[in-house]
Amino acid sequence: MSSYRAEFSKTGTARYMSHLDLMRTMQRVFIRGGLSIKHTQGFNPHPHMVFALPLSVGCDSVCELMDFELLDDEAPEKIKAVLNKTFPDGIKVLSVYKPERKFKDIVWLAVEGQYEYDSGIDDEKLDALEAFYGREQIIITRKTKRGFGDADIRPNIYSLTLKREAPDTVRIDAVIAAQNPSLNPEHLVNALRQLAPELAPDFALFKRKAFLDKDLHIFK
Amino acid sequence: MDKKLERILQRVQKPARYVGGEYNSIVKDKKDVDMRIAFCFPDTYEIGMSNIGLRILYGVYNSVDGIWCERVFAPWSDMEAEMRAAGIPLYALESGDPIKDFDMIAFSLGYEMAYTTILNMLDLAGLPVRSKDRHGLTPIVIAGGTCCYNPEPLAAFIDLFIIGEGEQVNIEVAELYRQAKKDGLTKEAFLKKAAQIDGVYIPSFYNVEFSQDGTISGITPRDGAPEKVTKRIVEDFDTSFFPVNDIVPSTEIVHDRISLELFRGCIRGCRFCQAGYVYRPVRSRSVDRLVNQAKSALTNSGYEEITLASLSSSDYRGLGDLCDGLLEWTEPRKISLALPSLRADNFSISLMEKVQKVRKSGLTFAPEAGTQRMRDVINKNVTEDDILNTARTAFEGGWNSVKLYFMLGLPTETDDDVVAIAELAEKVLYTWRQYAQNKSRGVRITVSTSCFIPKAHTPFQWEAQDTMEEYARKVALLRSSIRSKAITYNWHSPETSYAEAILSRGDRRLGDVLETVWQNGGRLESWSEFFSLDRWLDAMTQHSLSPDFYTHRERSLDEIMPWSVISDGVLENHLKKERTAAYAGMITPDCRAKCTGCGANTLVKGLKCDE
Repeated sequence: MSSYRAEFSKTGTARYMSHLDLMRTMQRVFIRGGLSIKHTQGFNPHPHMVFALPLSVGCDSVCELMDFELLDDEAPEKIKAVLNKTFPDGIKVLSVYKPERKFKDIVWLAVEGQYEYDSGIDDEKLDALEAFYGREQIIITRKTKRGFGDADIRPNIYSLTLKREAPDTVRIDAVIAAQNPSLNPEHLVNALRQLAPELAPDFALFKRKAFLDKDLHIFK
Repeated sequence: MDKKLERILQRVQKPARYVGGEYNSIVKDKKDVDMRIAFCFPDTYEIGMSNIGLRILYGVYNSVDGIWCERVFAPWSDMEAEMRAAGIPLYALESGDPIKDFDMIAFSLGYEMAYTTILNMLDLAGLPVRSKDRHGLTPIVIAGGTCCYNPEPLAAFIDLFIIGEGEQVNIEVAELYRQAKKDGLTKEAFLKKAAQIDGVYIPSFYNVEFSQDGTISGITPRDGAPEKVTKRIVEDFDTSFFPVNDIVPSTEIVHDRISLELFRGCIRGCRFCQAGYVYRPVRSRSVDRLVNQAKSALTNSGYEEITLASLSSSDYRGLGDLCDGLLEWTEPRKISLALPSLRADNFSISLMEKVQKVRKSGLTFAPEAGTQRMRDVINKNVTEDDILNTARTAFEGGWNSVKLYFMLGLPTETDDDVVAIAELAEKVLYTWRQYAQNKSRGVRITVSTSCFIPKAHTPFQWEAQDTMEEYARKVALLRSSIRSKAITYNWHSPETSYAEAILSRGDRRLGDVLETVWQNGGRLESWSEFFSLDRWLDAMTQHSLSPDFYTHRERSLDEIMPWSVISDGVLENHLKKERTAAYAGMITPDCRAKCTGCGANTLVKGLKCDE
């Protein structure tokens, strides 16, 4: 029995699959490929696979991580090739390897976002946007398990840069907290909607770029 | 992806339903394609993708070079509102292209309450809903499925109906269309030719005249359309197409498993059951073929569950061998086998034990009626002993959940028959007390009643349906008759049954009603949150039609039925004989015990029924 980690991307139409959808799809991809994955023990055994950090519906990623064990050892390259044969559109395994580090070492998440402004964004607005994310505190109201609560998301943003890519599009590159607590990149937009609605984009799309450890090295 | 659509998808519920891209969905190169078909299912993705007919015809169409068949489902209300606001027309999942420009739009009709959704989907596509307002050859709007055995309420909207099994006739119609397109035929000219294909019904080629009392006085075909349209069946079901390389949805659907189709038709002849009549004759697949299909379908899809699909799976002759063959392969792979709709009379211990090895689910039985008298009337040849013996076997085997299905409002039903449902449930409970292995876990007995709806092409097609008040009274009576807390009672709303009953035996005058209901917001009405009986009643009033004329009126035996042009191969005399037998409380033995001579075996030359 051997443990493996697969790094995969989930983009395009696959962006709309929920975490549960993804788990079901992964189970089936292993079966389709004839790879015998280790099942959980218990009353209702199911294929055992662990995902680093669940991805929200509607968010792209090129750095998802999934751990699993196979009953028979296989070459990582072969596993990658077999899995990539039967995915739905938008999911692709980028690499398979033996994991050396644990998911708990993930501290930061590099994300990229596209903010679209239908009526364009000028220098003044871009400066205001930059100033907004540079504030000392960004306190937003968000839904928690116990109703709504206020939280300062500023400490969860390590860095954030803005660049106008087109007259109506701003690109965001940010490093944000990945876990304990995590920051859903959607809250970067929610903060605008709540605190500076005039700066909120008409549409925003995020993509996870990389998981990082506490020293900002790429976590593999 | 379309930018507008991308924005919308961030806001709607379950966006994965609207994007396609699933494993094994078929994308063809447009330059190799000369005919595009939008296969439309008038319900949500989760329901439609669970439909075995859709999956078969998707495979059949796409196996033809030059034809590309794509799927289209009804958007949920939030998505519909967003699409309308953004001006996005209804599109096909595989290509994302608007279906308005497709050659053919094909609807699958399985349930009357989906009719308004059909109108809504045509409108969302940007097409006029009425056939007469769509002038060109493109697109032709066709429909098939069980509801087409009475196509009349949709006569104004659908250009061409396909009656019966679609595997062969759908391709014949498609090929005729391709030729018509090459030859530059008009819509009218194409339809005239299509009317000559067996199993094709073109509603606009029939003049229907009505008497003062609202009944039909005559139906006259024109332009060479046949006087009778007889359903088509696949010539050889055993070897006919079964999808073993099928789409695996990326998001959860209702029946998220492989369905293995054992046989078509049913030997039982329950007199209320439309499926039991219109799917005749009985034709089955061989055990070896089924086991191989199961293996391929499971391997290719990665599913971990398989179920057996047919009208009465326990009547499959090779069921024991089939289960052995399947379990031998599924067990080591941790794949579960589910047995649906077993009859209470031939449920074998060994079969139960076999299936139980993988997973034990609840048991479901459909006695349909509480007394033997009532069961004899409907020809449900199950005795109380059968039910209780089966329950005993189940309880001894460790089962502790039983669901019992019944109908209220059957012809000749008395209050004694209703109360007997409660008594039967109590007897099942008593059986559990006597024989259960482990009583500490308790028992759950669920009694469900639905409201009997007389259906076309059955021996009960002439009957009156109970009024909603009468149904409510019977529900209350049954409720008060059930005393044990271990028995849960669920009953269907009579309101949807009432609307369904109007449509299921309705005539083409209901087209105006359908359009009005749709204009007033009717769609997705198989979902209770979107159904409104008042909307239906208002529309009936507006068009001066009486709902009771369709529901509570007993038809005379010589009345011209709206569906009398359509034949399912069963002789009308057979239905009349069965009706007489019902009123006499006489049972008819199942087709395996003795052929009833219903006539369906003559549909294909040389075909042997239930061989």
